Amino acid sequence: MPLNSPTIAGAEFLAKLRELYPPERVLTKRGQLAAYESDGLTVFQSRPMAVVVPNDIEEISATLKLCQTYGVPYVPRGSGTSLSGGCVPHAEGIVIALNRMNRILQVDPLQCTAVVEPGVINLEISKAASHYGLYYAPDPSSQIVCTIGGNLAFNAGGAHCLKYGMTSNHVLGAKVVLPDGEIVMLGDASLEHVGPDLMGMFVGSEGLFGIAVEITVRLLPKPAAFHTVLVGYAGMKAAGDAVAQIVASGLLPGALEIMDSLSMEAATRAVGVEYPVGAKAVLIVELDGTTETVEIEKLQLQRLLEASAATATLVAANAEQRAKIWKGRKSAFSAVGLISPDFLVQDCVVPRTKLGQVLEEIEQLSLESGLRVANVFHAGDGNLHPLILFDGREPGALERAEALSAKIIRLCIQHGGSITGEHGVGMEKREFMPDLFGNSDVEFMRQLRRALDPQEVSNRGKMFPDMEAPSLRLVGLHPLESQGIASRM
Amino acid sequence: MLHELESEKLGPHGPAVTQAISSCVHCGFCLPTCPTYQLLGEEENSPRGRIFLMKEVLEGELKPADIADSIDKCLGCAACMTACPSGVNYDQLLTGYRHLKHARTRTWLQRVRDFMVHSTLPYAERFRWAIRMGRLFKPFARLVPATIRPMLELLPDRLPAKAEWPSLTKVEGRRRGRVVLLTGCAQDVLAPRITKAAISVLVRNGVEVVIPPGQGCCGALSWHAGRASVAAKMASDLLQRIPQDVDAVLTTTAGCGSTLKEYSHVTTGTPAHQQGIWLEQHVKDVCEYLDELGLTQPAGLPRLMRVAYHDACHLLHAQKVGQAPRRLLGKIKNLQLVELPSAGSCCGSAGSYNIEQPGLAEVLGRDKSREILRTEVHAVATGNIGCMVQLQRHLRESSNNPPPVWHTIEVLERAYRPRSLTEMDSGAQMSPTVS
Repeated sequence: MPLNSPTIAGAEFLAKLRELYPPERVLTKRGQLAAYESDGLTVFQSRPMAVVVPNDIEEISATLKLCQTYGVPYVPRGSGTSLSGGCVPHAEGIVIALNRMNRILQVDPLQCTAVVEPGVINLEISKAASHYGLYYAPDPSSQIVCTIGGNLAFNAGGAHCLKYGMTSNHVLGAKVVLPDGEIVMLGDASLEHVGPDLMGMFVGSEGLFGIAVEITVRLLPKPAAFHTVLVGYAGMKAAGDAVAQIVASGLLPGALEIMDSLSMEAATRAVGVEYPVGAKAVLIVELDGTTETVEIEKLQLQRLLEASAATATLVAANAEQRAKIWKGRKSAFSAVGLISPDFLVQDCVVPRTKLGQVLEEIEQLSLESGLRVANVFHAGDGNLHPLILFDGREPGALERAEALSAKIIRLCIQHGGSITGEHGVGMEKREFMPDLFGNSDVEFMRQLRRALDPQEVSNRGKMFPDMEAPSLRLVGLHPLESQGIASRM
Repeated sequence: MLHELESEKLGPHGPAVTQAISSCVHCGFCLPTCPTYQLLGEEENSPRGRIFLMKEVLEGELKPADIADSIDKCLGCAACMTACPSGVNYDQLLTGYRHLKHARTRTWLQRVRDFMVHSTLPYAERFRWAIRMGRLFKPFARLVPATIRPMLELLPDRLPAKAEWPSLTKVEGRRRGRVVLLTGCAQDVLAPRITKAAISVLVRNGVEVVIPPGQGCCGALSWHAGRASVAAKMASDLLQRIPQDVDAVLTTTAGCGSTLKEYSHVTTGTPAHQQGIWLEQHVKDVCEYLDELGLTQPAGLPRLMRVAYHDACHLLHAQKVGQAPRRLLGKIKNLQLVELPSAGSCCGSAGSYNIEQPGLAEVLGRDKSREILRTEVHAVATGNIGCMVQLQRHLRESSNNPPPVWHTIEVLERAYRPRSLTEMDSGAQMSPTVS
């Protein structure tokens, strides 16, 4: 069946959707739908049957009921920044664009909480809370654009989750529209609640359990002081080892990040950050907290850095310099576009103590495949982000990049790591789920999913390995895929 | 982003277009800075969405008509370029796309309107005549079709007398520079006082000003609308009139400046190409030039005045000139520079956008002017005639006592006047709410 030509049931479904929404909020024109084909991972492309832009909870609930009645799959979408293909549409389904659900409903400076709609951009919460000296801690690199709904679905991390935890540690409760349209409240505004941790189950479920429509998040007092240091090293192993040493000493910095020379080059070109001359790797260490704590930890850090193989140490002298260091770090992913026409970004985790070793092995794999790999990652929690650079116009380059990417994931699993740190499974890593979890665990997850969504209309085709995938423009198995060498990403 | 485009097959715009599409990584960092995305929340009305859609049309996957609405809604404000970490040159992509696939789905009334805009605005005499004619119809604006109405609503009530410019204004004392000053086309009709202020400030700071007679439009409006050949013709005509024995060619209009800085592109394949390259290397915004040269004369106001600076998109985003005007204003004694919370975001003027997309332009203009009123400033400074007209109109609609909107160079000129503040501007009243 050609894409976007709805069946009779589909036509009836569309007619019902049009009864629900005014014409300007049901998008069905080719030019409108095409824009929703992919998210931050453009290798997956699939055009939905329609896109709806709801304004309120009732519209969402009614939409999900319709989807359930007609068995039409749906995917909720925020800013479309997923790096695992998490919000790639299903060709026979609809996209529920939550961008107009972007109201901050409440900021409670006494309880230190905020209640927000799913389309609110991560950084906007901190801006709204700033007036009270509070902020929202999880800070994914895309925080200027990614939405809280997507953060919740993928349990987003960020540079500072080493000390402060991931999204799951900061979401207290949520009003959720379940896949059958029922509206329920999970968790509540307190830190401890009675009964099973349903909120914990929901966070990171990648849109499989429904749509969070009102989210209660924790706010933290803004740290009074920061101490941000840029440390140069002669190689990635030395930088990785320094991270293990710092954490082993008991010091818990707000963030511990590593960038290699390629990412430094990209960040320098994009935002003009200057890194220590000749350094092959830099470590960004940030201490935060009360002024007194930071003063003491500063000395502790200094001793640790002196004992490491550091070649240069630059301390941010003011807020402006600190902002510059972070700007370089946070734009590195996009900035790689300046040094390579195409790239794949990987997201995997290894035990912190293995960092140095794994980085060396990745370098080896990179040499063997003849493709450059840039590394920029959350070193403190062992969350790697190898960026595999290639030129898509070269025949076979994409396939080689995919093969290398798969090798890196398997390497991480071998070292006792995980297939994803924060980008999620989405479309990209479905095939690796059994490698990590074993079949019985995966089966249990599926049972749980079917308990809530028997027809599997919620974000169909994601997370589970043998599920029917959304239609792809690149159809059929690639030879490398059938041999089990590569996965589709 | 992966694509299947072959640069060679796309003609002179090929390299710029394919380069822009290649370098987009679809990260979405541009979304929150895009005014139309902020208003509509739809991917097809975001820069990332539009880049993807343009790629699809150029690859033949979609028809130009499929995406015409998204492309027409784009302000061309280039705020996305400032936000982009991958260095996508969206401006060149959009211009290139419009040249390559200028198939628009237009009603006949829209076509009439576009014809009226493009055949009057860039030609000073015709524009002056058109305004006079239009004013006769203004009382009947409500009877005019909605497509045409915004043009009437934007017409000024009064038109300043036609200005005659000296071809050379020399300096007294040591000469620090010699420049060509472009007078612009529409600006010369609507607000010749800007050119007058620029001459005065430049001369006072030791810069000799050459104003070549008979200047026409630089071609910016046509260039941005995808009318490449018209733009090239206008560029060639203008280049013939500009002497090259100067240090710089200055413009007081951001929209013109950004196109003048692309003149090597505009004149590609014409006999004026070499001159186009020369101009591109020598053209500067008047504030950019003065900031680099440094003011020799201290400027000051007789008493405290709060001034909001509004970034013209084509100055900040397209030319990356944001600090120069602020530094110049900052040097004026008794002037308190006020930053707008939405600084860097478009006011909805955007060339002829407020005529073509009146609905969106209206919301942007209204929001911006209300924000300005909340800051309770005495005046607004900006660097583009289009923004000035748009802001003036919306400030007037939102307030009985709106602060005047001045070009940055006018503020400087006023700061050099030896008169008291109350005498400074007879036409513009001061906001009484702030001391």
